[in-house]
Parts: sequence; structure tokens; C-alpha cells
Amino acid sequence: MKYSKSMMMATLVTAGAALSACSEAPDMEAAAPTGIEPKVFTDSLFAVMNSDRANYTQLIVQRLGPNVADAIKPDEHWEDMDIGAPLPAQMFRYGSEKVAEQTSDFTYSLQSLWPINKQNAPKTAVETAGLEYIRDNPGQNFYGEEELGGVTYYTAVYPDVAVSPACTSCHNDHVDTPRTDFEIGDVMGGVVIRVPLGM
Amino acid sequence: MLTNKRILWLVWLLLAVLLSGYLSKQLLVDEQKPDFLIGETTHGHYQIEMQCSVCHLEPFGGAQVLQDACVSCHKEELDIAQDSHPRSKFTDPRNADTLAKLDARLCITCHTEHNKELTHAMGVTVPNDYCFHCHEDIAQERPSHEGMAFETCSSAGCHNYHDNRAIYEDFLVDNALGRWVDMDARLPDSDIVAYMASIGLEVPEAGEGSTSVEHLSVDTQTIEHDWSGSAHSTSNITCSNCHGDAQNWVDKPALETCEDCHADEAKTFLGGKHGMRLAQQLSPMTPRQSVEAHGNLAFKTDSLDSPLGCSTCHDPHSVDVTKAAVSACLTCHDDTHSSSFRSSPHGMLWEEVERGMRDQLNAVSCATCHMPRIEVSTFGVSRILVQHNQNDTLRPNEKMLRPVCMTCHNLPFSIDALADPKLIENNFSGQPSLHIDSVDMSLERAK
Repeated sequence: MKYSKSMMMATLVTAGAALSACSEAPDMEAAAPTGIEPKVFTDSLFAVMNSDRANYTQLIVQRLGPNVADAIKPDEHWEDMDIGAPLPAQMFRYGSEKVAEQTSDFTYSLQSLWPINKQNAPKTAVETAGLEYIRDNPGQNFYGEEELGGVTYYTAVYPDVAVSPACTSCHNDHVDTPRTDFEIGDVMGGVVIRVPLGM
Repeated sequence: MLTNKRILWLVWLLLAVLLSGYLSKQLLVDEQKPDFLIGETTHGHYQIEMQCSVCHLEPFGGAQVLQDACVSCHKEELDIAQDSHPRSKFTDPRNADTLAKLDARLCITCHTEHNKELTHAMGVTVPNDYCFHCHEDIAQERPSHEGMAFETCSSAGCHNYHDNRAIYEDFLVDNALGRWVDMDARLPDSDIVAYMASIGLEVPEAGEGSTSVEHLSVDTQTIEHDWSGSAHSTSNITCSNCHGDAQNWVDKPALETCEDCHADEAKTFLGGKHGMRLAQQLSPMTPRQSVEAHGNLAFKTDSLDSPLGCSTCHDPHSVDVTKAAVSACLTCHDDTHSSSFRSSPHGMLWEEVERGMRDQLNAVSCATCHMPRIEVSTFGVSRILVQHNQNDTLRPNEKMLRPVCMTCHNLPFSIDALADPKLIENNFSGQPSLHIDSVDMSLERAK
């Protein structure tokens, strides 16, 4: 399975070059197609996302507001404040939206079985299966395929774990939360990464 | 000898060639293509409907070309409005099912043009229950919404599709209290000198420009009198700063001259209905164009052909902003709301300003509401700008709550007042006869 236009092009170019070479030197063995398996691709993306997300939560948000600095306040409505900062989930979404402006080779979002914003509840069967799987199997990821809007996607779901008191207190105390007993280390939701196949 | 039949054929051929040539020239050469207008445009675009290329950036390319055109004019205001439904919310493939019903990635899904018979409030051309497609189960999350009809989401003073800065739940809770009116409230003062400094412009030194007008054949005594008492005079802006020197004299300086110092004012003016034709290099807007295109807004008959530019409202020599704030508006506008201003509570305060009995920063004019003073930041330097796009806060009128109404009134009163069509028509002469429940519902949920 190959995942992106660029990688597909690279594969075609490689295959073309190989065929060309074959015609000139029939004894040579055909070159194996190159590319990255979708799982490796999504695992790599998640590694970057998860690191940035954990760092922003632990190194920035946890140290702001009443916790330590009591200066810049992390808040859902930070744009309405003189000195406010986006919450980790918002920061993650802003990144996702910026990526979507640049490429459609992959998309990602943060979803949960216990979403504060109900639009972040699972919508597709694979999302539901994935979020339930990472809830029931801590430390493991979920991989699947699904067809959406006539396009087949490789869909990976990774656990989003509470890494600081900022995560648990905010979610447990929010007026719209459907769950109030999160503890550090709990799976609070999942990062869903999609890659279109056969593009 | 030609038979009648052959003559008819020749006439037909000649007419066909002439018509083809006429239409081809318009289609391929002329900038404006009136014979290709496929239907009336909305109140938002009729002024520029002949300038096809403003929206149809390319002849081919379909919806994406139109989307690019929408974004090129409206992106900035949507960003400032913290658009609740930006395109980026819908590009994820997980929304495919919803997009099949309502493709929220494209402006033209809800705002098609040339379909006047389908167009209703806010230029929307889909049925008003569009919220249903994504928020069908809202009552599960908000039991208070049980039984509410979906066409009321955005028409009952509670929600807007794009701009919810003044009506989101936490804001309603935070601003639920306060006096219904604060008579001591003051508008922020604009500071053009500070702004000019922020963009590297300095007010000229005294004597730097020239007030020499000997080369003119007209009587300049009145002009000199007006100018000598003006803000331009005290800022050392002389005749030559705007008109040029004697060799390059311009009798009526264009908007570009004003723009040299008043860039943000000019930019916002060009973004509204007063200046949008000038922004597209068309002739200035006149009230007659509005009357002939839609006829739903009344104007004074002797002003129907007044072209709209900076000096229409701002006498360039006296630079009297008090006059520009009310008298200039009422020179043209003659609808019930406008004509009720003078006798309204707001209008009576303004009368005191005109008599010199009240500071205009402690009063309400037409411009106070329709051209509000907003804080903008240029290169990190904040200043108060008079928003010259009078449409910026007009529709939906909840956009007026924060920059305008809440300067003097509390939020619950303001929401009720803006939801009352009769109160708007009589220019807020009285108390609201309607009550919007959104603040009460938010307080109840916050308990």
C-alpha cells in the first residue's frame, strides 16, 4: 500500500526506470518498489504530534495560569482575554487545520468517547472501533481501513493519554464533560490519522 | 435578381454576424458584460455585478474559483469574527457524510448569487433549518433546546453561523449583570497622530507646506476660514499637502490623497457599501443605484445622484466630524430608522453635542453605531480606528453588541433591543418589547 501522490510518483518513476533498465539489461532483477508503509507513516506522524502535544501541555500550559506563573492564563476563550493562551486540545486542532491548508495527503484530529465538544465524538464505524480499542487496550494502537466520500482511507487511532493535572482537572471540571473521574495516565481520547489510499 | 427569400437570408446572415460580433466583443474584450448577467444579484453584490471578474476570477474552474473570490474579499472579516464554522472545520474526510448534504467547505453552498428569488436574510440561499444537518441531536446535549425549531437557531437572537463573539455561552454568563444604561460611559478617542507615528509618518512642521492659492481664480476666503479652524490646520496640513503645488494643482483630490494619512479609514471605507464600487475602479456609488436596484431603502430625492467619496461626508476644509457623524448621513438617508434619529433618546443627546453642551464622546450619533470606534493594532501599536465600513456590524446585528451597544448598555438589554424590529425602526425610542432567553438559559446552566 502506498499512501501519497508524491510517494506514488516516486514509485512510478522508480518502476519506470526499472522497466527501462530491464529492457536494456534483461538479466538484471527488477527493482523492488520503494515507499513507506502507511503504518510507518502514521506512526511517525503520531510520534511528532504526541511529543509536541505533551511538551506544550507539560512545559507551557501546566506552568501558566494559577498553577505557577499566574500570568498568562490558558483558556478556551483565550482570544477574548488580554493575556490568554490556547488549551492543548485547541493548539492541536490549530495545527491540524494549518496542515489541512497545505496538504490533503493526510489529515488528523483529536476525538474521544467522552468529548467536551460533541462534534469530537466518533462519527464513523472505524473511529468508534478504534477509540473503544485503545480504551480497552492501554498502550496499543488501532489500524483499519474505511471508505469515506468514495475514497478509501488508512485510518490509525492512537491513545491520547492524560499527562498532567492540567489535562485531568480541566476535563473533569468542564461543564460539558460527560466524565469527571479522569486520572493521570488514563486514555482520554484518541488521535485519528487518515491517509488516502490509491491516490 | 435577388428573390425575397434570398434577401431575407442575407438580412438574417447580416444580423447574425452583427449580433455575434457584439456579444463576442462583450464576452471577450469588454470588462463589463451586462448582457451576460444571468440574474439579479444580492444586496451585497449588486453594486459590482457588472464587474464579472471580481467573482469569476477565471472563466473555468467551477466552485473553487468562486471560493477563491469569496475568500479574497471576506477572509479578513471572518478571521476577525473568529468564524465559528471555518472551512478548515470541514475538510477532514470524517465529515464526508455531512458534506454530501451541505458542503460547508464552500461559501456558495449557502450563498449563491444571481438567485434573487431564493435569497433571504444575510444573503442565505438555503432553507433556514441548515443547522439541523450537524446539530440534529442538540437537545440531548442541551435539554433546554428540546422542541425548538431548527429554523430559529439563527433567527431568534441566539446563534449566528459565522460570528458568535458576543453570544457564546460563557460571554453571556460573564456579562449577564450590569445597569441597562450607563449615562457616564464614554467612547474611546481616536488618535490619528499616534497612528501616523506608528507607520512612520510625522505631522508636518509648521510652515512646511504651502497655503499659497494666488494662482486660483475662485474666491478662497470661505475655504481659508473653514480650514483655519480645522484639525488639518492645527496638524499643519496645508493646501499643498492635498492639492499639490501651483504647478501640479488638483482641484478635487481623490481618495488616494486622503489615504496617504488615513490608510485604515480608506481601507474600511472601500470594504463597505459606500466605497465598494471605488474599490473595483467603478464610478462612485450613488443613492440612485440603490433605489433602482432594490428600492428597499429610502433616500432623499435631492441626494439621489450624490457620488460617494471621502468629501461627501467630510468637508475636506472644515473637517467637521460632528457634521459627518449625523448631518451627512441624514443628507441622503430617509428611511424610518434614520428619520427617527433626531427625536430618539440617542438623537437628543446628539442635539446637545451640536449645541456645544455635551462632549461627543459621551453621546450617540449615527456613526457611533454604524461606524464604531474599534481598537486595531498596526505593527504592535494599538490605536482607535473609526470603522468606515458601515456594513461591518450591520448584519447580523448581534455584531454590534460588543463594539457598540455594550459601551453604554448591558448585554441582556442590548440583545433584546437588537432583536426588536419595531424598536430598531423607531431608532430605539423606548424599551424592548421582546425578551431573548439566551442569557437566562446560560445562567441556569452555569448554576
